[in-house]
Amino acid sequence: MAPVATPWFFYVLAGLAVASGVAVITRRNAVHSALALIVTLLSVAGLYLMLYAPFVFAVQLFVYAGGIMLLFLFVIMLVNIERSSKERRFNRMWPAGLVAACALMALFISAFVKGRTLFPDRMILLPESSNTQQIAGLLYGEPGRIGQYTFAFEIASLLLLVAILGAVIMTKKKI
Amino acid sequence: MSSHTNDTTNDVSSRALSNLDLETPAKPYLDSNELIINMGPQHPATHGVLRVILKLDGEKVLGTECVIGYLHRGVEKIAENRTYAMFNPYIDRMDYVAAVSNGLGYCEAVEKLLNVEAPRRAKYIRVILTELNRIASHQLWLGTHALDIGAMTPLFYTFRDREEILKIFEKYCGARLTTHAFRIGGCQYETYAGFEKEVKHFLTYVAPKIDEYEALLTTNRIWLERTKNVGMISAADAIALGVTGPVLRASGVQWDLRKAQPYAAYSEFDFEIPTGENGDTYDRYLVRMAEMRQSLRIIEQAVNRIPEGPIMAKVPKVIKPPVGEIYHSIEAPKGELGYFIVSDGSTQPYRVRVRPPSFVNLQALDRMVRGLLVADVIAVIGTIDIVLGEVDR
Amino acid sequence: MPSFIMSYLGSTVTPGEAGNQFWALMYVLIIFAGVSVAVMAMNWLERKALAHFQIRLGPMRVGPHGLLQPIADAIKLMLKEDIIPANADQFVFWVAPLIGLLAAFTVYTVIPFGPSQAVSDMNIGILFMLGVSSLGVLGIVVAGWASNSHYPLIGALRSGAQMVSYEVAMGLAVVSAILMTSLKTGTGTLSMIGIVQSQQQQSVWFIFKFFPLGFIAFGIFAIAMIAETNRAPFDMAEAESELTAGYHTEYSGLRWSLFMLAEYATMIAVSSIAVTLWLGGWMRPFPNLLHAPMWDFIFSLFPGLTFLCLATIAFIGTARMPAHSFFRIQRIGLAVFAALLGFLALLLLVIAVAGRSADASLAARFNEGIGYVYWFVLKVAVFMYLFIWYRATWPRYRFDQLMRIGWKVMLPISLGVLVVTAIVGVLVS
Repeated sequence: MAPVATPWFFYVLAGLAVASGVAVITRRNAVHSALALIVTLLSVAGLYLMLYAPFVFAVQLFVYAGGIMLLFLFVIMLVNIERSSKERRFNRMWPAGLVAACALMALFISAFVKGRTLFPDRMILLPESSNTQQIAGLLYGEPGRIGQYTFAFEIASLLLLVAILGAVIMTKKKI
Repeated sequence: MSSHTNDTTNDVSSRALSNLDLETPAKPYLDSNELIINMGPQHPATHGVLRVILKLDGEKVLGTECVIGYLHRGVEKIAENRTYAMFNPYIDRMDYVAAVSNGLGYCEAVEKLLNVEAPRRAKYIRVILTELNRIASHQLWLGTHALDIGAMTPLFYTFRDREEILKIFEKYCGARLTTHAFRIGGCQYETYAGFEKEVKHFLTYVAPKIDEYEALLTTNRIWLERTKNVGMISAADAIALGVTGPVLRASGVQWDLRKAQPYAAYSEFDFEIPTGENGDTYDRYLVRMAEMRQSLRIIEQAVNRIPEGPIMAKVPKVIKPPVGEIYHSIEAPKGELGYFIVSDGSTQPYRVRVRPPSFVNLQALDRMVRGLLVADVIAVIGTIDIVLGEVDR
Repeated sequence: MPSFIMSYLGSTVTPGEAGNQFWALMYVLIIFAGVSVAVMAMNWLERKALAHFQIRLGPMRVGPHGLLQPIADAIKLMLKEDIIPANADQFVFWVAPLIGLLAAFTVYTVIPFGPSQAVSDMNIGILFMLGVSSLGVLGIVVAGWASNSHYPLIGALRSGAQMVSYEVAMGLAVVSAILMTSLKTGTGTLSMIGIVQSQQQQSVWFIFKFFPLGFIAFGIFAIAMIAETNRAPFDMAEAESELTAGYHTEYSGLRWSLFMLAEYATMIAVSSIAVTLWLGGWMRPFPNLLHAPMWDFIFSLFPGLTFLCLATIAFIGTARMPAHSFFRIQRIGLAVFAALLGFLALLLLVIAVAGRSADASLAARFNEGIGYVYWFVLKVAVFMYLFIWYRATWPRYRFDQLMRIGWKVMLPISLGVLVVTAIVGVLVS
């Protein structure tokens, strides 16, 4: 299907992502920050969709916005952090923070300028319908062959299992 | 999130909370997981105005304290200022669900004081009405208990079937709930025309309905998970706490006053005493369902051979029992209902002390719910089958 | 402009595929209106069916047999005072029901009522549905927090934990259904329309595929979707007789009705997933086995006959109403309703007869489209009735038992079914 109004959607989604990102760090209330982070994640998911990666879009929704942010909210709501909303907004270390932010920005700009040849000229138009199959091919492999990232995928899932076990052990009073 | 009840202004409360070991805590601080919450007195699931203070560790119950008295009407004090016959209607208002049993206990107690015995026909009528009331009380218990656990449909089925019993009561004595059915010395009203027929029709009508209730609940996995091993009380604990009625029988103790100390005409009928094994909520449920069936048996035997004869013994117009005291107890649907009457020779009793079964059974609540979750507390309150009118009087 | 509209009418793909924004918008509006009507009908049905289970009548006064009761409820809720608890977070309190509502309604973008009757056939359709319905949990959790009272907060966190737990089992059950789509062609598909079409190609509803594997997966999903929507027997977090009062306690009036709307819409959405994945979606019974035009004709009479039965029931209800002046308006109302149903029945029967031949005439295409939508809605309606039946019959699980079932029973079973289905699928092909 031919894309419709692409620049418009891009500017809206990107602007929303930036604006809610700023809201994440400027809100006093932690739950407001979490909700703004959800909006950021949703806009990023929209950007994925615009890059013809619908599988990543759906997984971002499912895992990030629907799972991880939910856990963030659980923690924020269960832990009494009203104290933080009464703290000073800008603490005394703000010059160091400003210097670090400028250094980071300089790094980004130099990477973009020097490394312009690394980025392709125009977007690689992979057909949208094969996004899922291609990811599956990378992770699980074509029939008869092992995939490029199968080992890393399995190791990552093992790592997640270890994290779950650690969380359970740390929180249960007795096993 | 933890909250301490600020009830230090109320003297009763501070004494009442002593059961929760708040005076000398083991630790100098309240553990971050422990909290004290208050259930009631207005709560959809406490069967009346009962206030239960729970001390929780997270979700587990560490201790409970029941605050009662919200329905106290001073019935026993009123008795000292009424004649024996005038006090009869007050009795029904105690356990308003099983009013007929209340009346039976009181009338028999005063008859014992007077040393008269109701005629046989009156005894049969008393047995029939009391057993009908037992079925009605158990049906109401089943409906509300199931509703607390979340099954909303048995309530309507049991209330529909209870209507038939209440219709019989209404035709007999004019009232559905607080019946004032019996008088000292016998019954006042003769059975109305068609009484036997209607009672027999009721027996055939309700037996399949009890099967319906069982079909909904007895083998239902959710019901089993909510009631099995919940609220267990051992036989020794039950006897030590003075628990009686289906709660005691579900713990395995074969004790029913209708067999142990027969009154009215119970010695002439053939019935069984159902008992349970574990003393959990499920066993109490099974015991009450079986009791309903046994009551049907008793009514069937009784209604087929009501003897002819007078329905009222020779009792003087002005009841002045000789000086003395008597304790008489019967097996009400909820347990042993006892009346301790002290007479000083005048027309008004010197003291009437009622031993309500719900009051004593409620004290077992603390023993039953230790270690359970909050949601189980509601199930256990329902399974003890309390009526606050009886607990508070 | 008219050509832009007309060009889609003969197409066999969804408006999303065809790139036709006008018709996509029209479909969205139709679905929006349809779901709203369905939610109101569901509200009425729940009260009536629950009442009949409990040997009482339910609403009878507002409109004939209580048919206008949902409208009366909606008006009452709109007129109620809008109470916001003190110290509650105003913005979050306002936005919480909207999150749930948005999640519930966005899911309908990919639900296929027919092979081309969907707003858009995303090629990750089922994944999109699961992802968006997981956003609904956020609405509930945030609503409980915004009430600024710790009982609703506990209730909301419990509801959230319950929904997340059962999403895992739900997802695995869905995966084992999607596994089956790849059995005939070698490549599976995540698109909803593709799943139903693969059931058509394999000539079997996935619930009966590799019996009992498909059935067990369907059973897992059916149980998980009840827990997802916080319905009985998994409604401990919002039950009235429990201590934790539920996430919507502090909401009154229209805001509360938005929660109920979101809940019913989610129920219909997850039922649609179950129907699409296991019960053959829009397909009529035995489309491959009984393929003759005569059978097509017989099955295409079903919509008209259903409405005829409903009209007959309404007429009988009218006849049985007491002939008293108090009931005059109700009698007239029910008679009009019966006449409306009868008219619809007549219309559908005429379309069925006119579209009997298999050509591409307007009547034939209408007939086909109506048939698809009818069978889909019928299957979803069965699920809706089951939801009410469960609520009337069963007690509710305690919260820890609920979580135990979700993690210790449903998750291993769904994993096992997935593995066994994969093994059987590889062995068969």
